[in-house]
Amino acid sequence: MTTRKTEIMVGLFVALAIAATLLLALRVANQGMSGSGETFNLKARFDNIGGLKARSSVKVGGVVVGRVERIYLDPSDLVPVVDLTISSAYKNTFPDSSSLSILTSGLLGEQFIGLQPGFIFPEDIVRIAEDKVCETNVLDDCPYLTDGEEIFDTKSALVLEDLIGQFLFNQGDE
Amino acid sequence: MSNLITSFADFFAKTGKATIDRVSAIGQASMMLFGALFAFPLLKNIRLTIAQIYVVGVQSLLIIAVSGLFIGMVMALQGYTILVNYGAEGSLGPMVALSILRELGPVVTALLFAGRAGSALTAEIGLMKATEQLSSLEMMAIDPLRRVISPRFWAGVISMPMLALIFSAIGILGGHVVGVEWLGVDSGSYWSIMQATVEWEKDVVNGVIKSVVFALVVVWIALYKGYSCIPTSEGISLATTQTVVYSSLAILGLDFILTALMFGIS
Repeated sequence: MTTRKTEIMVGLFVALAIAATLLLALRVANQGMSGSGETFNLKARFDNIGGLKARSSVKVGGVVVGRVERIYLDPSDLVPVVDLTISSAYKNTFPDSSSLSILTSGLLGEQFIGLQPGFIFPEDIVRIAEDKVCETNVLDDCPYLTDGEEIFDTKSALVLEDLIGQFLFNQGDE
Repeated sequence: MSNLITSFADFFAKTGKATIDRVSAIGQASMMLFGALFAFPLLKNIRLTIAQIYVVGVQSLLIIAVSGLFIGMVMALQGYTILVNYGAEGSLGPMVALSILRELGPVVTALLFAGRAGSALTAEIGLMKATEQLSSLEMMAIDPLRRVISPRFWAGVISMPMLALIFSAIGILGGHVVGVEWLGVDSGSYWSIMQATVEWEKDVVNGVIKSVVFALVVVWIALYKGYSCIPTSEGISLATTQTVVYSSLAILGLDFILTALMFGIS
């Protein structure tokens, strides 16, 4: 029966296409932070962003927690501003005093943002538990990084020319 | 003097005729496309569409799979010989995966599809026209657009993205065979750096969108060329040739435009 055979072959074809899609989805592509679940935004100013690009990753000790959303120049201060989206799983996790630095993976690798979690005072932990400041969306009171907050402690990208320049300058002093 | 005027008039007449012919061809092709689009396979036609998916999709599977395997293997071999100079052979995975997913998968699939299935569609419909089967259908009050064109159109549009996905998957596995099994790139870095680089929406989904666009164009050209061919043996042969040539040019031209829109500097 030709029709039956045709239908079976088409069914196998569709199954093969689904298998290929699954392979591409699970084995090849990363779902990334984009689209997968809720995120919140942070902001940071750097003196120099080096080779950082939109979609570069934000890592804490090598674990990807977010991505660079947008990079633009502050029109009044003329310094680069970087918008970050961080997975909501990490909301109210990193203290206010956390710092950002632009790092390079490997010698020739791409640049990413390393987030170094800061410290938190013990009395603050008590205060959070009692007053629930982090649940009322009052930005200033919460000692953790929340949506829209800016990180002030930032370290710029390492620019090789600047480094060599400093080295030569120091050599000249001696 | 009057001779000169006549030859001028002839020149303009030729230009005018050519323009009118082109415009009316585009008009007819659009009418046919709309006819095929709005005769979406209803339950009655679904069997016809499945039969056509078998013809244009399943029967193209072998050539697509073999091409995908070899293209993936060649990409890995070529990429390795260059990357190893910089000690960056770990980047072989993303190189193979990105070039196949973004460009080679959709484009090569579409080119092969135009040669393998597009030409067959044109020849089949051209012969139907030459032997007056289409007119006979109309005599029996069966709309040939609904009965003949639409199932083939939808079969092509459904099949090609699936073929492109299979091509990409097999190509990446072929790259793995050469890069990891043969040349000794670390298997972990092949897959993990690939996963870190390739993004589902940006790379995979955009590749599928590309191949849907190519499918629409190739099937449209193939069906229109068959439907409007001169019903003689020369006419069918000309229409078949034109299908392959026009489809290939349209694929490559559209690919540049789509690439510029999807991956260009925004």
